[in-house]
Amino acid sequence: MSWYRPADVGHAVRGQLADIGYGARFFLRLMSLSGASLRRFGLVRDQIHFLGNYSLAIIAVSGLFVGFVFGLQGYYTLQRFGSSEALGLLVTLSLVRELGPVVTALLFAGRAGTSLTAEIGLMKAGEQISVMEMMAVDPVARILAPRFWAGVIVMPLLASVFSAMGIIGGWVVGVLMIGVDAGAFWSQIQGGVDVWRDVGNGTIKSLVFGFTVTFIALLQGFEAQPTPEGVSKATTRTVVIASLSVLGLDFILTAMMFSI
Amino acid sequence: MDPIKPEALVEMRNLTFGYGERVVLDDISITVPRGKVTALMGASGGGKTTLLRLIGGQNRAQSGAVLFDGQDIGRLDQTSLYAARRRMGMLFQFGALFADLNVFENVAFPLREHTDLSDALIRDIVLMKLNAVGLRGARDLMPSDLSGGMARRIALARAIALDPELVMYDEPFSGLDPISLGTAAQLIRQLNDSMGLTSIFVSHELEQTFAISDHVIILANGKVASQGTPAQVRVSTDPLVFQYVNGLSDGPVRFHYPGSSVAQDFGAAAPRAAVASEAVTP
Repeated sequence: MSWYRPADVGHAVRGQLADIGYGARFFLRLMSLSGASLRRFGLVRDQIHFLGNYSLAIIAVSGLFVGFVFGLQGYYTLQRFGSSEALGLLVTLSLVRELGPVVTALLFAGRAGTSLTAEIGLMKAGEQISVMEMMAVDPVARILAPRFWAGVIVMPLLASVFSAMGIIGGWVVGVLMIGVDAGAFWSQIQGGVDVWRDVGNGTIKSLVFGFTVTFIALLQGFEAQPTPEGVSKATTRTVVIASLSVLGLDFILTAMMFSI
Repeated sequence: MDPIKPEALVEMRNLTFGYGERVVLDDISITVPRGKVTALMGASGGGKTTLLRLIGGQNRAQSGAVLFDGQDIGRLDQTSLYAARRRMGMLFQFGALFADLNVFENVAFPLREHTDLSDALIRDIVLMKLNAVGLRGARDLMPSDLSGGMARRIALARAIALDPELVMYDEPFSGLDPISLGTAAQLIRQLNDSMGLTSIFVSHELEQTFAISDHVIILANGKVASQGTPAQVRVSTDPLVFQYVNGLSDGPVRFHYPGSSVAQDFGAAAPRAAVASEAVTP
């Protein structure tokens, strides 16, 4: 395609607009059919188990190691100013406000988002979506909506696990290995972290990310060409689009929360 | 049965359908008689599966009507379409079982979605349906453990779980060994008669198809080439039907894909000759 030919530019723009329009209509359909799936909470519960439990290990281990590194790097910076007892506060605020929601969302996109996209793409390839429609069961209500709400519910929980593991990691390195005073470490956290401004904002972020990542994963799966190549492309797109959306949204949300 | 119901359960009137530029079904009119087994035959890519999808409302006709028990499927809204689909069962080519559910749950799926029956009653119905296809003992297997023929029989049990009036089979015989094929053919006939169904199946297989069906429709080039009882179709003088029924490799359907003529490709004027002579002379 040559970018300078008006016809090609127009074609590309129209294609993009059609995709956005399709996404928006899909979103409305998902929302309008969510009520029924929330009433059958067993379906959502199964997906919470599937998405949450299987992501738990990677989230916990990543959180722990991010905490380790934070303990080391944070101590290096803080001891220059002679305030190494604030290590606990530094680690906790960074995790709860920022890294917990963002890194969890990125890992969730890679671990659970790809599996959602591939699962739905393969269901489509195996005609399981068509057969459901022929049984007069709406696949958006039966398959997609429970997965969507499970993703939204699971993300804040995973983000808090990540942050908690990170704080433990920071404590292991800072207090046990380097020798920062344990009392100062914990009391700085207790005194310096505000439940609403810090923890609350972090939770709002992870809810928004859960919404975004799960929606992108489901849309890509539902839109995938029902071939091996199509499913593999859709899985890649899920990771790329979801990761970029999380990073972009994070900046917007942080800027909004700063100004409040 | 209500005596004033039309004799044909499914009827297509002057139906035209295509994908993009390519016309698949061109102004066809067919009837599927109630209570009978109808076979849908024709060359690959001739629109047989499309025809089933039109009856199920998954595709909509560009012109003409698809009548299911007097209702035009193409004009229904989603609620009425879903109501009509609950009276149909469809068997997909490879079964399309839900890979994450075992055999029992696959057959129970439509019952759990559409009825408020107790677990005990669902169990009895599922085992009865599985028994009808001879796979009651396979209830705890996962779809990945099943052979192709078994998967299709499970899918058939699932398709008849809600006691539909119409069952559509998309190529139920493809890829089956002779034993499984004979079993599948007998099942289609027996279920049709014992449950009072109307059946439509797409098939490429001649012998069993003619043996079990009451009505045969042969599609070719987007038109109906022949329609009638197996005996009528067998003696059809239409050259296309003759080629199909006798399995001849050349006839109205050509063996060779259209292209340049033999003389152009292999004769003295063929480009190959020039290239070869250049290669020989240094």
